[in-house]
Amino acid sequence: MQMTDKQRERLINHIAVAAAWIVAALFFFPIFWMVLTSFKTELEAIAVPPTLFFEPTLENYTLIEERTDYFRFALNSVITSFGGTLLAMLIAIPSAYAMAFNPTRRTKDILLWMLSTKMLPAVGVLMPIYLICQRLGLLDTHIALIFIFAMINLPIIMMILFNYFREIPKEIIEASRMDGATTFGEITQIVMPLAWGGIASTALLSIVLLWNEAFWSINLTSSDAGTLVVLVASFTAPEGLFWAKLSAVSTLACAPIVVFGWLTQKQLVQGLTFGAVK
Amino acid sequence: MNRTLTRLLQAPSVVLLLLWMLIPLSMTIYFSTIRYHLLYPERSGFVGFSNYEFFYTDPAFWPAILNTLILVGSVLIISVVLGLAVAVLIDRPFRFRGIARVMLISPFFIMPTVNALIWKNMMMNPIYGLFAVVANTIGVEPVDWLAQFPLLSIIIIVSWQWTPFAILIFMTSLQSLDQEQKEAALLDGAGFWARFFNLTLPHLARPIAIVLMIQMIFHLSIFAEIFVTTGGGPGTQSTNLAFLIFSQALQGFDVGVASAGGVFAIILANIVAIFLVRLIGKNLAA
Repeated sequence: MQMTDKQRERLINHIAVAAAWIVAALFFFPIFWMVLTSFKTELEAIAVPPTLFFEPTLENYTLIEERTDYFRFALNSVITSFGGTLLAMLIAIPSAYAMAFNPTRRTKDILLWMLSTKMLPAVGVLMPIYLICQRLGLLDTHIALIFIFAMINLPIIMMILFNYFREIPKEIIEASRMDGATTFGEITQIVMPLAWGGIASTALLSIVLLWNEAFWSINLTSSDAGTLVVLVASFTAPEGLFWAKLSAVSTLACAPIVVFGWLTQKQLVQGLTFGAVK
Repeated sequence: MNRTLTRLLQAPSVVLLLLWMLIPLSMTIYFSTIRYHLLYPERSGFVGFSNYEFFYTDPAFWPAILNTLILVGSVLIISVVLGLAVAVLIDRPFRFRGIARVMLISPFFIMPTVNALIWKNMMMNPIYGLFAVVANTIGVEPVDWLAQFPLLSIIIIVSWQWTPFAILIFMTSLQSLDQEQKEAALLDGAGFWARFFNLTLPHLARPIAIVLMIQMIFHLSIFAEIFVTTGGGPGTQSTNLAFLIFSQALQGFDVGVASAGGVFAIILANIVAIFLVRLIGKNLAA
């Protein structure tokens, strides 16, 4: 029997949808498995073959609650990722505003230079930063991490904001100047409300990146200012085969930012594509 | 707004970044020319290029450079190609598409350390891992992934994290592709590949450039994934430049040699950056 074009198209569509679900399941599976394992006992966690149906237990979570100070690490993550983002935004918004509305011949070069600092491998400058922090007594403090977080994200934030601000019609700015607006007023009353979507998405992206930042957190903080990344890392070395507990602590460490990402995914992409996607 | 004010507003970001770059950089260069070992503080003095020589003649040096490039290149290719395929696949209306979307992008939000741990323990472990279970079920000898194919394992782990990032960008970009254009191409009888190469791919040029740029920045200095899984081994099979410097500095306690390695890393990054700046420079002008 000959298939009509319509039928063939529909068949292809069905296959594509099925394939999409299979791929989605494959990508999500490790996360699903981690969450599942966190509700198993240690014995069930390493059972061969693995058990899919079991009596879920909360003992891993209660144990983590007893043994570690989860909320402190979580709070540190919030403080440093939001703090670093806030500091970077405070520095970046006026700069990007000046570059976007009063560009000079060198503006583009400055932006590219900023981006190139992002390519310096952190490990290349770890020793100096570590020694400076040690000398200043800033090891394992929020301040050091917030400052470093702001610096490592500043180039990308500048780039995104610059591209957003550039899309604001110049006439609006000029009209406000005729009305005698101050520079501060221009930024807070006109630029920021108009570019709010871009500013929000830039901040979201920055928060996600900083929440998961591992290199500086692991090397510069431990028990006092340690973030959730540090907490998870502390569960890796000596614990051996305690997968269930490791899964539980990982689930706890990732859950806030994954949910945050789900809720803000559309906003986030705007920032990631430098405003290219509407 | 006058010139002075413009400069004043730009100053904080420029000055801070300059300091953030120059102070550590000059210290790194200084340390790289002196004897500076944390365990032997009494040894000091200018040593010229001997730290460089030591780092450069380390048998792990060339493998580390090669591993860095293989790692960056493979992950870029995998994530862009797979990302494009999935984005095109999901670019059609179907029920619960939002859920499929969320499932696809989730790995991007998982911490690299956690990501690495999941794969190391629950997927790739030669006895308890799911890969081994599957291998046993179909009657194949299980593979100790991290010991036998350490670099490939790391590539898989990093790709799992970053392909969702590419998917996220590409599928959102595809939604802004003009539906009328798509329908016109369909009416003209353009086949799938013709539509893909003449319509979809040009539309995605800028998002692809951005995905390449952001990923390259992050992959040049991959650290957590290696730190948690293979520790650079076995031997130097999965040591990249970032990890080699780390092991010199914090495990070898030799600041001088580690700093020399840092200078090498900076040079490599700048070579890559030249290509990148061209790429992004075009996009800036557009």
